[in-house]
Amino acid sequence: MNMDTDKKLKVSAIKDGTVIDRIPPQSLFKVIEILGLDQTGHQITFGTNLESKHLGKKAIIKIADSFFEDEDVNRIALIAPDAKFNVIRNYEVVEKRQVEIPDQIRGIARCVNPKCITNHQNVETRFTTKKERGGISLVCHYCEKLTNAKSLQIITKSSAYTTDF
Amino acid sequence: MPKSLISIHDLAKEEMLHILDLAAQFEQNPASSLLNDKVIATIFFEPSTRTRLSFETAANRLGARVIGFSETGSTSVTKGESLKDTIKMVSHYADLIVIRHPLDGSARYASEVSSVPIVNAGDGTNQHPSQTLLDMYSILKTQQSLDGLQLTMVGDLKYGRTVHSLLQAMALFDTRFIFVAPPELAMPSEYKQFLHHRNLIFKESRDLLPHIPDTDILYMTRVQAERFQDPMEYEKVKNVYALTASMLQPCKPNLKILHPLPRVNEIATDVDDTPQAYYFEQARNGVYTRMAIIAFLLGLK
Repeated sequence: MNMDTDKKLKVSAIKDGTVIDRIPPQSLFKVIEILGLDQTGHQITFGTNLESKHLGKKAIIKIADSFFEDEDVNRIALIAPDAKFNVIRNYEVVEKRQVEIPDQIRGIARCVNPKCITNHQNVETRFTTKKERGGISLVCHYCEKLTNAKSLQIITKSSAYTTDF
Repeated sequence: MPKSLISIHDLAKEEMLHILDLAAQFEQNPASSLLNDKVIATIFFEPSTRTRLSFETAANRLGARVIGFSETGSTSVTKGESLKDTIKMVSHYADLIVIRHPLDGSARYASEVSSVPIVNAGDGTNQHPSQTLLDMYSILKTQQSLDGLQLTMVGDLKYGRTVHSLLQAMALFDTRFIFVAPPELAMPSEYKQFLHHRNLIFKESRDLLPHIPDTDILYMTRVQAERFQDPMEYEKVKNVYALTASMLQPCKPNLKILHPLPRVNEIATDVDDTPQAYYFEQARNGVYTRMAIIAFLLGLK
């Protein structure tokens, strides 16, 4: 509870909406892009390099009047695997959702292989995920090559993925 | 989506054995009218004379007619046509498409936009499953079994697409692997892990000679100069694994030498006349194997 009070001091509270917690600071702006938050008309506040027991430092995003589908939640699994989506109604957390790594990922990441068809023609990327010690790696559905967490590049999308309240 | 052959991983062990069995049937009876109402397209976005002739021979022997192109110079690809559009068009002309393309993953994508079966005849450095099946057919034909063999792979084991696919296919059987390569061209760790997970035995070595007496199949590959950053390094290793007839004493009586061809200097010409040389027969086996693949995908066998 102490941590929650602490957060409220640093990033102002919202009445209804979603708080995305435990984002690695270096992934903050990628999360914003992947979820299309740069396109939303809703009020957003975020903080970064906040203290975190789990991550050392973390970022947090509060989006007023917006709620996310499981599919959207899992879209950020590659870059923020520990993230938590807290659903807020009337200043109270009514639901906590943990990011889950999907078995298949479409269109979010780029294939690391420069000779892959997806890097040359208008083909949506598609991967199966593989959980390894060093994090998540992706096996390209097309060229069968491995893209590991280190070489991961996120395809930015300008379309909004938030579901309006 | 029609059944395609894109990657060796697409085939279950039973399907592989079924295709090899069909290949043996076609070898017994190579003239067939099975496909005399069919058109097969061979579309080659990069030249590969050997593979194209082998597929076209297979299609002709099955009684099909063949359309296609052997390079993109005279096609709409030079006008910027996408692979999707080319495939969409050709799949309305032909009953099956054989594709060779320089980009990795292109054949998988083609199979997703095509209304007819696709056979991958090489997508960049990725897969070339008909080569793997013809290698397996050659092994089965010369050893009468795919189980309990020692397979010694020699040369470029790092970049060699054919050795990686053959390794994965032969891992379905009880195979002992020996990898003979210079450190620069050693078998990548992902394939060694793959074998480790399947509890298969493998050994790495820099010397070929000590392994010849126990080998059943000697799989030679070409060491390509362009794989080396330092030309001096290439000069040092290019002849290290050159096989000569005198090296084959002693050897097992059933030993056969395979090579995906073309060879340069890794097999001396004096090996050609030994009973162990099998690489030219291996190329002929390719035709029967490709007949089997085509008939299998069209659901005719």
